[in-house]
Amino acid sequence: MPVIQRIVKPTSHRGKRAILKKEPQLFEDAKQTLCIKGASTSQLVTDCMKDLYDLKKPDAQMMQKKNDIRPFEDVTRIEQFCQKLNSPLFMFASHNKKRPHNLVMGRVFEHTLLDMVEFGVENYKSLKEFKVGKISTGTKPILIFNGEVFENNHEFGRIRNLLVDMFQREVVGKVRLQGLEHVLSFTAVDNKILLRSYRIQLKKSGTRIPRIELEEIGPRMDLEIRRTKLAADDLFKQACKKPKELKVKKKKNISKNTLGTTLGRIHIGAQKLNSIQTRKMKGLKKTVAERKAERKRKSLEADATSPKKIRISNGNVTD
Amino acid sequence: MDVVNAILEKNVNSNKSISVHKDLELEIDEGTLLASDYNVFDKENLRSSQDTYLKNLTRDNVQVLINKIWMLQTERVDEAIVGILPKPVFVLPRARSVPKPKPLTKWQQFAKEKGITSKKKNKSKVTWDEELEKWIPKYGYKKAKADEQKEWLVEVNDPTKFTNGEDPFTASKTAKREKQAKNELQRLRNLAKAKNVKLPRVGIPSTEHFRDARQLAAATTIARASTASVGKFQSRLPKEKDAKDIASHVPGIKKKRKEAPLSVVQEKQRNKKLAESILRSKSTILHVDAPVPSTKSAKSSNSGGKKKSSKKEGKGAKKPKGGKGKRDLRSKVGGRKRR
Repeated sequence: MPVIQRIVKPTSHRGKRAILKKEPQLFEDAKQTLCIKGASTSQLVTDCMKDLYDLKKPDAQMMQKKNDIRPFEDVTRIEQFCQKLNSPLFMFASHNKKRPHNLVMGRVFEHTLLDMVEFGVENYKSLKEFKVGKISTGTKPILIFNGEVFENNHEFGRIRNLLVDMFQREVVGKVRLQGLEHVLSFTAVDNKILLRSYRIQLKKSGTRIPRIELEEIGPRMDLEIRRTKLAADDLFKQACKKPKELKVKKKKNISKNTLGTTLGRIHIGAQKLNSIQTRKMKGLKKTVAERKAERKRKSLEADATSPKKIRISNGNVTD
Repeated sequence: MDVVNAILEKNVNSNKSISVHKDLELEIDEGTLLASDYNVFDKENLRSSQDTYLKNLTRDNVQVLINKIWMLQTERVDEAIVGILPKPVFVLPRARSVPKPKPLTKWQQFAKEKGITSKKKNKSKVTWDEELEKWIPKYGYKKAKADEQKEWLVEVNDPTKFTNGEDPFTASKTAKREKQAKNELQRLRNLAKAKNVKLPRVGIPSTEHFRDARQLAAATTIARASTASVGKFQSRLPKEKDAKDIASHVPGIKKKRKEAPLSVVQEKQRNKKLAESILRSKSTILHVDAPVPSTKSAKSSNSGGKKKSSKKEGKGAKKPKGGKGKRDLRSKVGGRKRR
């Protein structure tokens, strides 16, 4: 019988790896960001996106061509790009009369849109205009959010979530204390989010912990919130689902006392004293006479009782 | 004096302590290096000197966060002091949903049930071949070549291996192809099971298809009649009979003729029954008043000494049925022509 219809498998190891990489992972890497230019862009908004791209650099991709997309009307093209280039975050720059210097930030979950926020860029000062020492690329930034709206307002809360997702890079277990050198601060004032970027300078303070001084390195921009498209709560909750493997299972009946010794409580089933095997000793062995007497007693007992009961007693003997 | 003041001021500035006072405690997540400050802004300061105000505000918040981070447990890695961060608390959505566990194959499931575990932990890909005196792989690259070298000569008349007259090379080839096909079938079946696709069953039909022996008999009867020759040339098993009560559905089955009525009463009764059954049937008669196509009655054939009947068929006349209708022996005269 010839093989009729094969389900296509990757032929090369490289192809297999590429397919495996696109499959859902238990532990996800840093989210990639896709930077897309709209059909018409202003110099300002392109520079702005370029700066953000530079800040995010190893985890970002810049698309070179212009794309005639209106994300708030039809997001499918962006979703396609995100799927193709394997990047769940995106930035989209455009410029028109109604919405000048427009920057859209968003993210996808399972190749469909989750959140999307449109910002208008104002008061922009680029990375290059700050003539100061820059930070090394790829450092995990410290994120500071100022303003009560981030807690009270649902929309701002979600925007904070998006911004953290956008700028946090990968989750790390260890961090070099001297290597913390970049701060991104987001301040919510009225309907704007003021983005500032600083470099940390560690100064002596007389204690082990250093004193912090900040130096602005740019980019500086005020982001005016325009349109938003936020995910429904249940979808968001579904997206936030943690894998079972990552949850720590509580160990029962193990505790530690103040001295640091581990104590455990163990349950043992009830002891069956009748059937338990005790140690055999010569001294406890029955003599021949004793055994004979016992046999005699048993036979007498059996004779005395009724035939029905005899059977029972016999059964007991055999048991 | 100004110089002294300036120096003093600078000194005071630089000796700012690391402690920061906040009305509302910051919400800090060391795992993501995130700090959220929900305190109310100093509106005037924010308006008049925005940049310096923001810088100072951020500095304070960063100081609070750094204080926390530097207090964490540290470790020395390559002459650098690293802080061990706790797990992030701030909940972020994933890019893709959590992967589902891969469904087990039929064999894996069986092995799991029976507790079969592979004994070979670190099995090597190559084995030592005595004949060739070299390491050859068990499968894959260079395996086929090694086989070719090993089996360059095969005895044809080896009755233990091959049936007489069979080409041993083709035999081994077909055996291999069959093995491959079987493996592929199993793979596809496992895939279908994983994707929850229902497959048509192969081999003996199961009870799923035929609940009843009668259904099975009906199916075989219908299948036999489903040839171009209505099952006329299909072989039968000894004592095999057609299924009952489906004769009306299957063409070609011999129907039992009804016995002729014994009496007039019986005949009458039977006809009445038939008429009633027609009248009772739910099928409605369409176009009762529709014009009935006129049919010309066939002309009498015996005219002017013609031997052959020349039937002219009308529009609504019956189609000729080969052999089914009764032959009119008188109309067709066989044998020698008589003048």
